[in-house]
Amino acid sequence: MLIRKGAEASLYLETWHGRKVILKKRLEKKYRIPELDFTIRTQRTKHEPLIIHKAKKAGIPTPIIYMIDLNSSTIVMEFVKGKRLKEMLDEISHEERRSLCRRIGILVGKLHKSGIIHGDLTTSNMILTPEGRIVFIDFGLSEQSFETESRGVDLHLMKRALLSTHFAYAEKCFVSIIEGYREVMGEKTEEVLKKIREIEKRGRYISER
Amino acid sequence: MRKQEGYCLGIESTADDFGVGIVSFNGEILANVNDTYRPEKGGIHPREAARHHARVSGKVIMKALCKSGLKPEELSVIAFSQGPGLGPCLRTGATAARALASYLDAPLIGINHCVAHIEIGKLISGARDPVTLYVSGGNTIVAAFEAGRYRIFGETLDIAVGNCIDVFAREAGLGLEGKLPPGRVVEEKAAKGENFIPLPYTIKGMDLSFSGILTAVISFLKSGKYPIEDICFSFQETIFSMLTEVTERALAHTEKKEVLLTGGVGSNNRLKEMLKVMAEEHDATFHSVPKEYALDNGAMVAWVGVLSYKYGLVTPINESFVKLKWRLDEVEVPWVGENYAY
Repeated sequence: MLIRKGAEASLYLETWHGRKVILKKRLEKKYRIPELDFTIRTQRTKHEPLIIHKAKKAGIPTPIIYMIDLNSSTIVMEFVKGKRLKEMLDEISHEERRSLCRRIGILVGKLHKSGIIHGDLTTSNMILTPEGRIVFIDFGLSEQSFETESRGVDLHLMKRALLSTHFAYAEKCFVSIIEGYREVMGEKTEEVLKKIREIEKRGRYISER
Repeated sequence: MRKQEGYCLGIESTADDFGVGIVSFNGEILANVNDTYRPEKGGIHPREAARHHARVSGKVIMKALCKSGLKPEELSVIAFSQGPGLGPCLRTGATAARALASYLDAPLIGINHCVAHIEIGKLISGARDPVTLYVSGGNTIVAAFEAGRYRIFGETLDIAVGNCIDVFAREAGLGLEGKLPPGRVVEEKAAKGENFIPLPYTIKGMDLSFSGILTAVISFLKSGKYPIEDICFSFQETIFSMLTEVTERALAHTEKKEVLLTGGVGSNNRLKEMLKVMAEEHDATFHSVPKEYALDNGAMVAWVGVLSYKYGLVTPINESFVKLKWRLDEVEVPWVGENYAY
C-alpha cells in the first residue's frame, strides 16, 4: 500500500515474512539520462542502509534494514510506529518541547561525532515512538564527513526547516538543540556555530554582510 | 488617492546590463531597451560595468521614452533595482532613478531584482502561482509564494550556476570570440556529446553546490583525456539534473501546479526539456520566459514598480540606498494572491 509519494522515492507499507515493513523504492526519473539516473538511484539505495547501520552503532535509533534490491532500487526496512515530530511538536508544552529538542541535539551530536551528516534534518524525518524513543529516518541525503563545514550545513538546514515549519518557537527549539549538541560535541560546538553564521552569510544575500 | 492609471519607468542595473523599461499600470509593456557592457576579456569588472552604465544611461532612457511615445511628464512612477547586485552598477542605476524622480517630481520605488524576475515571468508566461527556478550568472534560486513572501526552498551554497558555466567555458576557451554567450556554446558542444563522465552530484538538503563540480570538470578538461563534447554533455546533464531535482522537491512540497523557469541559464534547451518532463510527471505545467524578459531587463523593474505603487510601497529618497545582498525572502509582496488586473 502506497503511504507516501515523495519527490525522490515512494514509501509502501507491506507485510514481509509476517512483519510490517516499509518499502522505500527510488523512482526512475525520466528527466535524467538513464546512466546518471541509474547511478544515482543505485548509489543512494546502497548508501542509505550503510549509514543507517553506522548510525545505529553510534547509538542513534534508526529503522532496522531487512533487505535491499539494487535492480529495483528498493530498501526493505522496519516500520517504525509512532508520530512524526512535525505533527506533534505544536501540541506539547514548552517544557516538553525543550526536553525533546535537547534530546534531538544529543542525537545529532552523536551522529556528527561518529562522522555522519544526515543531510535532511527536518522534524518530518524524526519519529517519536510510543516508548518515547526518537527514531531518525530518511538518510537518503546523508554523507560521511568529520568536517565542520558539513556539520554546519547540516545544522543550518535543521534551523531552516524549523523556521519554515514551526516558526513561532523555531529559535527556542534551536537553542535547546544546540544545548543537547554541546553535551556530546563539547568545545567543537563553538566551531560549528561559527560555521553556521558563516554559511548563513555566504553566497546568500544577507543584508548584514 | 493614488492614481489608477499611469506609466512606470524602471531602471535595471544590477550587473552587466543597463536596461530601461516602461510599463503601463495595466501591465502593457511600452518599451524595453537594453545596453550590455562587454568586457574585453574575463568576467564582469564591476567598476568598468558601472562606467559603461553611466555612459549609456541618458541614451537608453531617451530611447525607451521615444519607443513608448510618452512625454517625460507622463511618467507617474520611477522604479529601480535596489538590489541584490554589484555595488557600483546598482549605484549608477539608483542615481539615474533619483535624478529622474526628483526632476519629474514622481514617486521613487526601489524594487528587489529577484522579485522582478519572478513577476515579469508570471506576466509574460501567464503562470499564476508557480514554483520558480531562477538561474543566472549571479543567482540560483528555487522559490515559491507562501504567506506573504516568495520563500526560498533551495539555493546555491557557493557559486551561481551561470557563473559555474561561464568560468568553465572560459577555461575551455569556449565563446571567447563573444559572438555567442558562453553558455550557448557549451550547450551546442553538449548536444554532440555521447559518453557520460561521472561528476560530483551535490545536493545538500534542498540546497546546491557547484564549486566542486567546477573543480572536477576543469581537471577533466586539463587531463586531455576526454573530448570537449563529452565533458560539456556530462557537465550539463549533472548540473541540470541537480537543478531539476531541487525544483521537483519544492514542487512536491508545495503541491503547486506550475513551474516557471527564468534567468539567463533558463534559455538552455536541455534544462527546459528536463523541467518540462519533471513538471508533467507531477501534473504541473511548465512555463519558460522568452529571452528578452528572462535576462536582466528594465521592463521587469517597471512592472514591479507598478505593483508596488498600487500598494503604496514608495521608497523615500533617504531610504533609497542600494542593498547589495538583499534577499528575495525579505520582501513582502502584498499583491500576490489578489486579483490584480492586467
